[in-house]
Amino acid sequence: MFYKLLMSVNKEFLLLRRDLGGVIILFIMPLILIFVVTLIQDSTFKSVNNSKIPILLVNKDNGTVSDEVYKNLDSSEVFTVISKIDGQPLTEDVAREAVFKGKYQLAIVIPENLSSDLQAKIDQNVNKIMTSLGMGDSVVTTPKVIHQKEVRLYFDPAVQISFKNAVTSSMDKMISQIETKSIYAAFKEQLGDTDTGFDQKSFLTFKEMMPKVGNREIKPNSVQHNVPAWTLFAIFFIVIPLSINIVKEKNQGTFIRLRTNPTSNVILMAGKTITYLIICMIQFYMMVASAVFLFPRLGLPALNVEGNMILMSTVALFSGFAAIGFGILLGTVAKTQEQSAPFGATSAIILAAIGGVWVPVFAMPEMMQAIAKSSPMNWGLNAFYDVLLRNGTIVSILPEICLLFLFFLINITSALLYDKKKRSV
Amino acid sequence: MQPIIEIAKLSKIYKDAETYALNDFSLSIYEGQIFGLLGPNGAGKTTLISMLCGLIKPTSGNFTIDGFTYAQNATHIKEIIGVVPQEYALYPTMTARENLMYFGSMYGLKGKDLKQKVIENLEFLGLTKFADKRTETFSGGMKRRVNLIAGIMHKPKVLFLDEPTVGVDVHSRNVIIEYLKELNTNGTTIIYTSHHLSEAQDFCTDIAIVDRGILYAHATPSELIVNTKNARNLEDVFIELTGKELRDVL
Repeated sequence: MFYKLLMSVNKEFLLLRRDLGGVIILFIMPLILIFVVTLIQDSTFKSVNNSKIPILLVNKDNGTVSDEVYKNLDSSEVFTVISKIDGQPLTEDVAREAVFKGKYQLAIVIPENLSSDLQAKIDQNVNKIMTSLGMGDSVVTTPKVIHQKEVRLYFDPAVQISFKNAVTSSMDKMISQIETKSIYAAFKEQLGDTDTGFDQKSFLTFKEMMPKVGNREIKPNSVQHNVPAWTLFAIFFIVIPLSINIVKEKNQGTFIRLRTNPTSNVILMAGKTITYLIICMIQFYMMVASAVFLFPRLGLPALNVEGNMILMSTVALFSGFAAIGFGILLGTVAKTQEQSAPFGATSAIILAAIGGVWVPVFAMPEMMQAIAKSSPMNWGLNAFYDVLLRNGTIVSILPEICLLFLFFLINITSALLYDKKKRSV
Repeated sequence: MQPIIEIAKLSKIYKDAETYALNDFSLSIYEGQIFGLLGPNGAGKTTLISMLCGLIKPTSGNFTIDGFTYAQNATHIKEIIGVVPQEYALYPTMTARENLMYFGSMYGLKGKDLKQKVIENLEFLGLTKFADKRTETFSGGMKRRVNLIAGIMHKPKVLFLDEPTVGVDVHSRNVIIEYLKELNTNGTTIIYTSHHLSEAQDFCTDIAIVDRGILYAHATPSELIVNTKNARNLEDVFIELTGKELRDVL
């Protein structure tokens, strides 16, 4: 039996070796994928190449508040502020058209008299408070009606919701800070412009506390997130060549031979499983090696695998089992390569999407969160995050790797039962 | 003598088909025979062989091979049969030697014995110098010969051949037929389908003519010719029994 298994593995490797294009796709494409995605995602949070997003600012105010907004935006590492096009100051109409046509992603319109009206409103309020405390002007005047002001944001309809949310939240924070600063200044003035002892620094601050290994903090970065996610994605792409391999065998006469000889189908499946598991592991080690040694050369953070390689390899191995189980089932059920290849590719993408490879599971709607829990890619991803980001041990990844192996067993059993049903005797 | 294959009232109707591919078919095949199954396209020959090889399930009836049904001892049956399908049942990107080493090992051969059998068979069928070439580069005749070796390396007791000489030149056909005769001399019972009636007439010890899933005649080639009015050869017998109507099947 062992000899038959060995010969089956040997045959699978021979078939793979003779398909050079297929081998290149198996190993090179995942590497390209991981480089491209990490570079893109990393630059979303950090300007790797000092490339900033150009945004339009229409300044109808020309006062202290708009100056402050301009200063804050321009000093950020994310945006380049454009307030003139072709030497002409921007108008709201020009900015709106440029953004809605997708030439720019964002335009901010500061309304007229924002600075003066804000100051007037604050002065009114401060005056009222001071008067009620018996410290204000004794002359009672009718307050001028000041209408609420509106800072308008125009977004390119194609920008993602996450970008919109980030910008609106930053704008909100910036405006609140400017308002607070103005209130303090008004009080200061009312109190005689002496050293009032107002501490304008925020009393409440926050600090992100990281998990620690010894005294060292585990700082997550885009590489720690992306490498496991896209490695899993690549591992699941093994479904395509594996299912094609089985479909090809079925459509060749070789399948008749395999069905009529005294070798159990379990041995044939085991031969494929071992071969493709070895491939998955080679893919995994290549991707990890690239992330550790090549990423820093591209200005990306290196993947920190210190002390985690055994656990990471365990997760990769069981993810490989899950992917192979799915590939074998697909290859067994599909009748043609035209069925298996697109289905395999699409299902790998769907499993990645619902598994949280692109959008974190916690950010998904409740129903999708429940569905995500049934994706093997989600189990694999969680296990990788446990190891890389949560300082997890074998105990913490045990539930996930058990689920991955169970997924493999269910798929393999279904494939064997389906095949048995199709076989006549 | 106990038949090595005993078929009793075997029928097969495919899903959505209106007529039976094989209908109430009974036959006994004895050890040492070279048994030719002849019939026009769609007669039911491949259906019968596929059932005997365990590839498809009968709708009704049963059969035994070496005294066993598949339900009783599938492993034993699979160990003693050899199958040479009509398709080239080979991995095109693997060499002839690699293909034979693999398929031989699936029949339980291993080590030096396996290597030796591969070398001997390749030599016998004139393929030694092409042993390490990929089979995708082979001519039809060469592929047929490798296809044949892959089915007989384990010295089967019963060999099923589905049109083993289709699409090959005269030289390859002669080599194949000689090889099969030698196998038969060494004790292998051969069940063979073909459209080459003259080849079957010379090669087979017994012949069954099948059409529309029914057994029309069963005897030795000479008995069939003698017993058919005005028949000079097997082709005349065949036309007499199955008619001249074209048989196009889907």
